[in-house]
Amino acid sequence: MTAMQHDPAYNFAYLDEQTKRMIRRALLKALAIPGYQVPFASREMPMPYGWGTGGVQVTAACLTPEDRLKVIDQGADDTTNAVSIRKFFERTAGVETTEHTVQASVIQTRHRIPEAPLTEGQILVYQVPIPEPLRFLEPRETETRKMHALEEYGLIYVKLYEDIAHNGAISTAYAYPVKVEGRYVMDPSPIPKFDNPKLESAAIQLFGAGREQRIYAIPPYTQVVSLDFEDHPFEPSKADHDCDLCGCGTSYLDEVITDDAGGRMFVCSDTDFCAARQAEGHRGRLSGEDAA
Amino acid sequence: MTPLLQVRDLTKRYGARLGCGDVSFDLYPGEVMGIVGESGSGKSTLLNCLAGHLAPDEGQVIFDTRAEGPVDTLRMSEPARRMLGRTDWAFVHQNARDGLRMGVSAGANVGERLMAVGARHYGDIREQAVDWLGRVEIAEDRVDDRPRAFSGGMQQRLQIARNLVTGPRLVFMDEPTGGLDVSVQARLLDLLRGLVREMGLSAIIVTHDLAVVRLLADRLMVMKSGAVVETGLTDQVLDDPQHGYTQLLVSSVLQV
Repeated sequence: MTAMQHDPAYNFAYLDEQTKRMIRRALLKALAIPGYQVPFASREMPMPYGWGTGGVQVTAACLTPEDRLKVIDQGADDTTNAVSIRKFFERTAGVETTEHTVQASVIQTRHRIPEAPLTEGQILVYQVPIPEPLRFLEPRETETRKMHALEEYGLIYVKLYEDIAHNGAISTAYAYPVKVEGRYVMDPSPIPKFDNPKLESAAIQLFGAGREQRIYAIPPYTQVVSLDFEDHPFEPSKADHDCDLCGCGTSYLDEVITDDAGGRMFVCSDTDFCAARQAEGHRGRLSGEDAA
Repeated sequence: MTPLLQVRDLTKRYGARLGCGDVSFDLYPGEVMGIVGESGSGKSTLLNCLAGHLAPDEGQVIFDTRAEGPVDTLRMSEPARRMLGRTDWAFVHQNARDGLRMGVSAGANVGERLMAVGARHYGDIREQAVDWLGRVEIAEDRVDDRPRAFSGGMQQRLQIARNLVTGPRLVFMDEPTGGLDVSVQARLLDLLRGLVREMGLSAIIVTHDLAVVRLLADRLMVMKSGAVVETGLTDQVLDDPQHGYTQLLVSSVLQV
């Protein structure tokens, strides 16, 4: 397992050393104040906003030549976004990459937390589109900052109230607001609320929002509470099915439309988790068929 | 009796221009005070200074808090002042849109203040929201509609419900009936008068409409060019105006 050589035209992991130091300072501050959004001087990256420019900068600042990187998009290792970013770091950093959660030391993710439990020493980097949980309730950034500073979080419950008033239950299914260490309310990036309990983790979790120029973090073993009402408690939810490929009944599922006659299948969104279970001999409803 | 609000020498300048100057008065519990004057006379500046929306240059605004007795709100810490703004104080804007969240339902608008002071039980919040909508004559089946779908008068009543739900002791009103047609104005005034009497509220009402103060206010303060030119009981000032400007104001009211 010799490390590959990175493209010598680039500095290691694309960003120059000064930029990485600046980001690391922001990361340290973010870890020191769990859930607090630290401003940082986000750079132009060679990819469009929305592709994970924040996550890529955080990953670049964290990577060492000895790291092994995994990149997932919606849980999958083989989607455009994941493949592109993995190739980007293979070329600019020359680090090893993997698709196995347990083998990775740095995992950059978009919209999911891997099913396999994360361990101490691992770093999970999230790509964040909108870091401000109060954004759509209070458009003034000066005001939301003040609300965070003064811990005035009544407004975030207005959203949950609206959900119940219109839908009978808290219908927010992703980017479900959480309170970190009893202090800051945080947007956990658009992960499904199924993943919210996994935010209390042994791994370091870093959140990078490139366009919005914010970094925030959850240190290992930090208390993360999903907000709710006393009479409408938080419930992590998932599709009420088993995986059609590996038969797992506890993982988060994607629904895949298979034909134009109402045919559909449910598969684990975490491709590594699903493949590992299939390799162990677990079978689902559609295993063996060429369903897709 | 301790005054609920004691204002001493309040001055606010906009650069070289005077917003309002050397305003002093006491407001006692249960008392409604009207501030009248023409546009640009400094009445809105004064109200915003009192409510903590603007920082005055000089003076004191001493509020009789529940916990600590009389405290100068201008020297209070910002969290404490904002807390006061959510609990013991209420502010009714002229434009209901400024005081409401237009993107969320009427129920959430009323519930927001409850949630801001720690209510975390959906059923209770909703019950109180429905109760308050009823008190301002908004039907229960409109509780999940957004304020956009409401008429101007309903929006204004909703704003009042949203402000009074936490049982404030002092209400600031900035032209509460501005921009409403006369029949809606009349109903709103009737409603306000009922609520103020029933809840024993103290209120400071800024308006240029003398009919509004005649109906609602116990005492009147007339402002001109940033200064208070006349104060007194409402009926006394309106029936026997002493200052030239007040005389002009009273005689300018159109008679139907």
